[in-house]
Amino acid sequence: MGFINYLINGISLGSVYAIIALGYTMVYGIAKMLNFAHGDVIMIGSYVVFVTVSTMGFPPLAGILVAVLACTLLGMTIERIAYKPLRGASPLAVLITAIGVSYLLQNVALLIFGADTKSFTSVVTIPAIKLADGQMTITGETIVTILTCIIIMLGLTTFINKSKSGQAMLAVSEDRGAATLMGINVNGTIALTFAIGSALAAIAGVLLCSAYPSLTPYTGSMPGIKAFVAAVFGGIGSIPGAFIGGILLGVIEILSKAYISSQMSDAIVFSVLIIVLLVKPTGILGKKINEKV
Amino acid sequence: MKSNAKRKIFINNMITYGIVAAAYIIMQVLVGTGHVSSLLKGLLVPFCIYVIMAVSLNLTVGILGELSLGHAGFMCVGAFAGALFSKCMKGSINPTLSLVIAIVIGAAAAAVFGMLIGIPVLRLRGDYLAIVTLAFGEIIKNLVNAIYLGRDSSGFHISFKDSMSLKLEEGGEILIKGAQGITGTPQAATFTIGVILVLITLFIVMNLVHSRTGRAIMAIRDNRIAAESIGINITKYKLLAFSISAGLAGVAGVLYAHNLTTLTAQPKNFGYNMSIMILVYVVLGGIGSIRGSVIATVILYLLPEMLRGLSNYRMLMYAIVLILAMLFNSAPQFVTMRERIMDRFGRKDKKPAKEAA
Repeated sequence: MGFINYLINGISLGSVYAIIALGYTMVYGIAKMLNFAHGDVIMIGSYVVFVTVSTMGFPPLAGILVAVLACTLLGMTIERIAYKPLRGASPLAVLITAIGVSYLLQNVALLIFGADTKSFTSVVTIPAIKLADGQMTITGETIVTILTCIIIMLGLTTFINKSKSGQAMLAVSEDRGAATLMGINVNGTIALTFAIGSALAAIAGVLLCSAYPSLTPYTGSMPGIKAFVAAVFGGIGSIPGAFIGGILLGVIEILSKAYISSQMSDAIVFSVLIIVLLVKPTGILGKKINEKV
Repeated sequence: MKSNAKRKIFINNMITYGIVAAAYIIMQVLVGTGHVSSLLKGLLVPFCIYVIMAVSLNLTVGILGELSLGHAGFMCVGAFAGALFSKCMKGSINPTLSLVIAIVIGAAAAAVFGMLIGIPVLRLRGDYLAIVTLAFGEIIKNLVNAIYLGRDSSGFHISFKDSMSLKLEEGGEILIKGAQGITGTPQAATFTIGVILVLITLFIVMNLVHSRTGRAIMAIRDNRIAAESIGINITKYKLLAFSISAGLAGVAGVLYAHNLTTLTAQPKNFGYNMSIMILVYVVLGGIGSIRGSVIATVILYLLPEMLRGLSNYRMLMYAIVLILAMLFNSAPQFVTMRERIMDRFGRKDKKPAKEAA
């Protein structure tokens, strides 16, 4: 029973990673940059929900909606101010700027909300399910997280494959120059990608903090990095890859916490990244990209 | 022509050494005449540590052109290797000699780690390399926090659980105590030793940059495929630069360990934030400019300590300055704007930012 319990917890954590990883993988596929600040957008989203729901007394759904809007705006602003001017600059410059943005968000949150840990009240009101005569408990948070992740995956896949903007995203990620020639608004598409990624980050933040209810300005950075590991694991740029990678990583983390050592679980998760990159640098579902001279 | 260029490099190097030596002499005079507060005195050794870190990171970021976000991890390796040696040898050999050996051991350990991590990951590029070095830094921190090492008459015992499972004999001594780290390292680091190490670091890095090897490394940075096509062994040179950089970070680590009585691996000192702080020094000093790293570290490290009232805003300012510096230096429209302004003032001898070393 213990094993199945851990497995379900792992899938739940993995679902959160998968949602975050989607943001990474879409931005990486389209803008060819690693948005280091993605993890901190999660943190900002969680703080928005914390303030609106716990302090101002909004109903949870309204709070989440505000957070999604706020993060969407934040993501687009970051893209417009910090990343857009650097289009065409060296990848190193873009990466360092992204790190700067991440640092900026953390410190702004630190100044506004302080360094103390806020205890996040779960927004999920579904009661826990008890199975097998109470030996196994599935919390409401777990159910909601897994369902949300599945809905987001299905919705996003449909959006990308069926809608015109989604097709534009695929075109831009395939060949930016050719996409421009076909009359696609590349800048608009990239902004849209950041908007979607950041909105997903807000949702991921709420789910994460509902399951692990302690919120500090640094809450986002570790899950953000792990979600990036998940995106790489699944094959960066691939949406199903982000899903598979996220779930696998969540399961690995929870199982290694349970059976090996709770202190070493982060080390194990990161070792997975190194091993994946050694054996199959493109990840499980990634495509091989040949470099042109 | 060639000797002219050589002379220019020589003078350039001498200016850099001169700055460090002058800073050292001024500080010594000020300390001697009692003009230095105890607060500032306590900052002198850390200050050397960060200069070494910044210069060594610049070797990876500026000269090799790869972003490493796990530089603090190498510092951690060096710190623990050096501190462990010093603790084992405490009292049995001359403290100065012990520190020198500890530095060599710390540098070697960090360089070996640099090589181990470098062999697989230097095949990756850009973002992947950055994230793997970050992951590596976190792994190191985690491992060090979980290690228990003890010594008794039958030799060393190691455990990843707790100090009880070391099963030490009577009179055995615990050397590394998990998250509590190493206690009782001799405080042998002084400002003089720090400055000597800074000079040695500068000597190694600047000579490397201006050697055939250095030119090969920079060729890889500027165009990997072109470099490969003229027969430069990419892996070898990348690995070389990366391990030297890691080794020098190890030296900084040993210095760090010998400046404190208790050495623990926390996010604050060996975590990701530390790596980022060092990166800020490098970026603001000018990527690829060794002298710039030294100066930026001095200013950025001393300034917030002087302006205590602003300490809450320090990190915020770092972040903003980091973003602005990158935008002004790298964004295409700013670069053209800057060039136009330069042209208007008739400056002909402007050189690309990366060239000055």
